Amino acid sequence: MIEIKQLHKYFGKLHVLQGIDLNVNKGEVLSIIGSSGSGKSTLLYCINGLEPIQQGQIMVDGIPVHDAKTDINKLRQKLGMVFQQWNSFPHLTALENVALAPKIVRKMSRDEAKTIAEKQLRHVGLGDKLDVYPSALSGGQQQRLAIARALAMEPAYMLFDEATSALDPELVGEVLDTMRLLAEEGMTMICVTHEMSFARDVSDRVAYFHQGHMEEVGPPAQIFGDPQSPHTRKFLASVR
Amino acid sequence: MDYNFHWRPVFRQLPDLFEAGLLTLEVAILSMILGIMLGLILALLRMNGPRPLRWIANFWVELARNTPALFQLFFFGFGLGAFGLHLTPYLIVLLGLSFNNAGYLAENFRGGFLAVPDTQIRAARSLGMTASQTYIRIIIPQVLRIVYHPMTNQMVWAVLMSSLGMLVGFRELSGETQFFASKTYRIFEYFAVTAVIYYVIVKIILIGSKLAARRLFKY
Ligand SMILES: Nc1ncnc2c1ncn2[C@@H]1O[C@H](COP(=O)(O)OP(=O)(O)O)[C@@H](O)[C@H]1O
Ligand SMILES: [Mg+2]
Repeated sequence: MIEIKQLHKYFGKLHVLQGIDLNVNKGEVLSIIGSSGSGKSTLLYCINGLEPIQQGQIMVDGIPVHDAKTDINKLRQKLGMVFQQWNSFPHLTALENVALAPKIVRKMSRDEAKTIAEKQLRHVGLGDKLDVYPSALSGGQQQRLAIARALAMEPAYMLFDEATSALDPELVGEVLDTMRLLAEEGMTMICVTHEMSFARDVSDRVAYFHQGHMEEVGPPAQIFGDPQSPHTRKFLASVR
Repeated sequence: MDYNFHWRPVFRQLPDLFEAGLLTLEVAILSMILGIMLGLILALLRMNGPRPLRWIANFWVELARNTPALFQLFFFGFGLGAFGLHLTPYLIVLLGLSFNNAGYLAENFRGGFLAVPDTQIRAARSLGMTASQTYIRIIIPQVLRIVYHPMTNQMVWAVLMSSLGMLVGFRELSGETQFFASKTYRIFEYFAVTAVIYYVIVKIILIGSKLAARRLFKY
């Protein structure tokens, strides 16, 4: 379970997250929507400790992320992350991209790492691209590669930061399908997304962020059908 | 023209010259290995080092790039000698070249580091890699590819620069040539043959580099 309590985050004087309270349960899919600059990406970065926080607490399975005593590299193995820009490692083949972290972070043997990498690449539909370098993959394939790479750490949670926003429209579908597949398999996911249909159809809950606040959170039917906040209503009208 | 060419004495010394050529190659290669390691450290210090170390790194790069290479050799020879530290000619040349290589390469490496997007670091760290794993496995391999051609040029430069070694008493290819030339007075012949040997060494490096690149960089 991910527990966020009274989280405040500043970039210098800029108060980017202004007191976020949010729990995400095991097996749950939470989508975060909201206009650009509202702090959605920053929240994900805070959850896996890529950004420090100034106030409040984030716990992952009872472990405080920002505590100096926490082994953050170990904790990050629980938290897979997929970024807006597909960050394939260009000097490694697809297989090496996925096998590297299991080998050097989880200390698996070469064979074990290779086995799990093959399994996850097949999982995301790249079983025929094992020895291909990222430069020969499309954006959608590279984003699926990034998903496989995160999954190879066998994380308990997956964080998606606008995984489809940088893709050409015709490539969005294959990545969303992969995310949908993970959701069906019971993965706990937090998905920052602009894909309203994904948020509506796949999530258990949807959170709307507005200027550093979590304005509203609830089941998709409520957020999309009967939004309580005028900000939410305005935002939804603008994206329809 | 009243100069008579005498090539035979030169050809008789060819084995010695080849051996000296190998010494030149050896000192150039070692100075590149040291230069690459030091250059990487200098580049990282200049970008993220604590202040005094950053200043030292900047100073090093400035000196290496903006003073004659010969003076840099002299520093490790006569300069340190004045303080009672007498290095062998081999070490003077090795350290002098490494100092110079590191300075030039540091600047190339910095450009290389800036060319690798930050998002690569975030992605690696999000997988649980430590900062040093991220640098060693993800960032530096990409930087080495970006600076591969400047690095090859620096290697060529190191071979040619090592000829300055004859001025600090080092019997590498030029020193050895000078030694025989002054013994036999066949100065032109010796230096002409040696120039050809330098040329061949440089060509071998350039071709080797091209072949190695094909194997190393499949992406
Ligand atoms: N590294 C940073 N340094 C300074 N300001 C930042 C940084 N990252 C994000 N911000 C600012 O924080 C705010 C929230 O950004 P972000 O979390 O990326 O929003 P979103 O993902 O919702 O679009 C924005 O105003 C953005 O400009
Ligand atoms: Mg964002």
